[in-house]
Amino acid sequence: MHVDLTMLEWARAQFAMTALFHFFFVPFTLGMSFIVAFFETIYVKTGKKEWKEITQFWQLIFGINFALGLSTGIIHEFEFGTNWSTYSWVVGDLFGAPLAVEGIVAFFMEATFAAISFFGWKRVSKGVHLASSWLLAIGSNLSALWILIANGFMQHPSNEFGIFNIDNSRLEMTDFWALITQPVAQVKFLHVVSAGYTLAAIFVLGISSLYLLRGKHVDFAKKSAAVAAAFGLISSIFVAVIGDEHAYEVANTQPTKIASAEGLYIGEKGAPIVAFGIPKNLKATEVTSNEEAFAFKIELPSMLSLLGKRDPNAFVPGLKDLVEGNEEYGIWPLKKLAQIGKEAREDLFKYHEAKKAGDKAAMEAAKADFYKVVYENPEYGIKLTKADLIGYGYFANPNIDPNLIYPPVPPVFYAFHIMVGLGFWFILLFAMAYVSILKGTFENNRLVQQLAVISVPLPWIATSFGWMTAEIGRQPWTVYGVLPTAESVTPIALQNVQATFFMFLTAFVILGIAELKILFTVVKNGPKGAH
Amino acid sequence: MTWAPITVDATHFYLQVYFWIIVAVLGGLFLLMTFVQGGQTLFHTSKTEMEERAILNSLGRKWELTFTTLVLFGGALYAAFPLFYSVSFGGAYWVWMLILFAFVLQAVAYEYMNKPNNLIGKGAYKFFLYFNGVVGMVLIGAAVGTFFTGSNFSYDPVTRILKWGVAPDGFNLRGLEAAIDFKHGAWFNLAMGILVFSAARILGALWLINDIDNNEFPELIERLRGVAKRCFVVLLVALLVVLYGLLTMKGYAYDIHDPAGKVYLEDGKYLHNLLSFGAIPLILFLVGLVLYVWGVFVTIKGSNKGIWFSGLGIVLIGIIVFVIAGLFGTPFYPSYADLQSSLTIQNSSGSKYTLEVMAWVSVAVPFVLGYIIWVWYQMKKAGPITREEIQDPESHAY
Repeated sequence: MHVDLTMLEWARAQFAMTALFHFFFVPFTLGMSFIVAFFETIYVKTGKKEWKEITQFWQLIFGINFALGLSTGIIHEFEFGTNWSTYSWVVGDLFGAPLAVEGIVAFFMEATFAAISFFGWKRVSKGVHLASSWLLAIGSNLSALWILIANGFMQHPSNEFGIFNIDNSRLEMTDFWALITQPVAQVKFLHVVSAGYTLAAIFVLGISSLYLLRGKHVDFAKKSAAVAAAFGLISSIFVAVIGDEHAYEVANTQPTKIASAEGLYIGEKGAPIVAFGIPKNLKATEVTSNEEAFAFKIELPSMLSLLGKRDPNAFVPGLKDLVEGNEEYGIWPLKKLAQIGKEAREDLFKYHEAKKAGDKAAMEAAKADFYKVVYENPEYGIKLTKADLIGYGYFANPNIDPNLIYPPVPPVFYAFHIMVGLGFWFILLFAMAYVSILKGTFENNRLVQQLAVISVPLPWIATSFGWMTAEIGRQPWTVYGVLPTAESVTPIALQNVQATFFMFLTAFVILGIAELKILFTVVKNGPKGAH
Repeated sequence: MTWAPITVDATHFYLQVYFWIIVAVLGGLFLLMTFVQGGQTLFHTSKTEMEERAILNSLGRKWELTFTTLVLFGGALYAAFPLFYSVSFGGAYWVWMLILFAFVLQAVAYEYMNKPNNLIGKGAYKFFLYFNGVVGMVLIGAAVGTFFTGSNFSYDPVTRILKWGVAPDGFNLRGLEAAIDFKHGAWFNLAMGILVFSAARILGALWLINDIDNNEFPELIERLRGVAKRCFVVLLVALLVVLYGLLTMKGYAYDIHDPAGKVYLEDGKYLHNLLSFGAIPLILFLVGLVLYVWGVFVTIKGSNKGIWFSGLGIVLIGIIVFVIAGLFGTPFYPSYADLQSSLTIQNSSGSKYTLEVMAWVSVAVPFVLGYIIWVWYQMKKAGPITREEIQDPESHAY
């Protein structure tokens, strides 16, 4: 297939732009919906009017954000078809199912109960209203679950739940339960939602601190901050714990991603984590030592082996091993994988030619070849057929640089490290706020308040970088090891993609600025002016 | 380029039919919910700010449901008929992108329109709603039109790599040619667009008449009745064109028992489909039509309950339109460029296993419909939208 590489880059840029923009709003919705439900629960339990005021103020802010979250969310469902139509054909049988389930079980719940939660204050009983606020929060989070199950498949497509069907020349689902319960998807879900809780808690803590610093709405701010600090402390610790588990899953399912995130070019036993560093963008095939890969670095020895493999002496493959192979550790070179993938493609075409000619014997022969087992490891229950490696056939093209089998190191490295660093900062911030709230000194602790205010934009940076680690880190695949990004894109003239790119960019910039202006006005007016 | 149906397995076939019926039901429900889009084109009927806010708040509580129905409609098509998703969305690129754009703009407009410091001003957000109501509806109607008139595509039978042809003027309009290529039924697609738009607009008027307090806003209600009346004339003309086309055009057909699934043209195909199954589709279609017209008629005569008749009517009409487009051996997304590339429910569907799984998931649909109706009832029973509620600082009014 001939791919216009410029068009491919524009299609990727468009998806990245719309996804990142959407992801500004999603984590906020995930966390804020729960925070609003907490406040409302306290209101219903205590019956005190000030808690109702608190609930309605944060709900107003939630609503402003929710609208833009919805509008930027619908784009992706369409884009999978418009810009990634080959992707939709090849993996739609697996990928479409969780999207449809999301619509049925989660999205309607979110939208339906949002109507009561926003507009039903005077129309329904207190109990029904409170239940609706909770159902809105649960619906939003269930939505994230199904989307991340779909994304989990893109990160780790196992032949336990899907195999390539030679007749239909596409991947087909074989086990739905295995798809939804696969650990990669589950830890990803927990990591993302808890990051959302942390983000929303920092926002509430920061805005409350701003009011305290200015001596405005003091009672309101103290109450809001107390709930946010408790929720944020638990959530931020959970993000880190599950983040470690997530990294472990990635290390074992996406070796190119973890090696890029750590700038590990040459695999080693007892591999270190680079705590700080300036990595270079090198070709793995030309690197001779890990020292030349960084302009500067500070390492924590053996930590990568410990975190990624749960053994400080374990071998972690580097990018060079993943391109050129490493016999000692049983890592196949890309050349070999590409050759098998190429053969799988030839078998596929042979099968279809034979089918057209009505030659049953030739069909059977091609099919047997296509599903021939090329690797088996009974200890781990792994069995790979040629069909499973069909995606690698793309790299059999001699014009494609084998170094493209892994993502560019610097962006993945920086995104990952900044995210992790910020994650630790959030734990510290919440711990300081929580302790001072317990001691009753928070109201006068200007330092913690100032730190909280400055920190408000940081979780957005952390979540965006987290998303970039996951998505850039997965390149050059849309479905890791199965479908190359270059073969997923819709064959379409470049100008169409450029035009829609700018169409969405313009709309987003305008709507984004409008959102911030409205938000700042609401915050400035404070809870008394909220309604 | 012959492509055999993916399977002739009977269970698989019934699942494909089942999912096409689900798509049809969702399509019908979506058409009902387009009263939101239709209502968005009626802001000009308000003469005071309070009237305008009554319209805004009445629609503003329902738009998410329309939006969600559209998302689920897309999701169901994706999961059940992935090849359609790939071919139509990737092929008719501009049609879907513009529809999408219209919905992106809509989603923020309600929330931001009357908020202070909203950057571009109330008028711009009102325009977004109008744009969504007009462009969104006409394009969706025209896109459904191509389910009957066909599109300009072919694809490689093994790799499924898509080719979308060029329009007569030499440009590749990626789907927009459906509105200008009169040789391939542009008149029908356009009539469908106008039909869907005017039907939505009438529903919008009927909804607002029902949902806004008739005693507090008597003049607005009267003006809305006038709109319903005038729009009905447009609707009738578009409907006649569509019916004429549907009953006289050559339709695309294939034999469901033919393993090769060869597609051919058949005279009066859609009339035959209406008369299939003991003419039940035709009867339901006519019942839907009568209900719709009855709802408009009683509204013009002064009732505010018209929406319930017309709403039910349009659901029935929508279901039947999709049913005759895709069942009874009819390719639902035909290609006039290459007949054999036409998509049928059999050659474009998900695997049997996926459809089985989704069939189990679909058990949740009545439950979801149940709570939507319950919520709707809870919100409605406190009465219509009043001045007091719009001005109440605690009601989150727009």
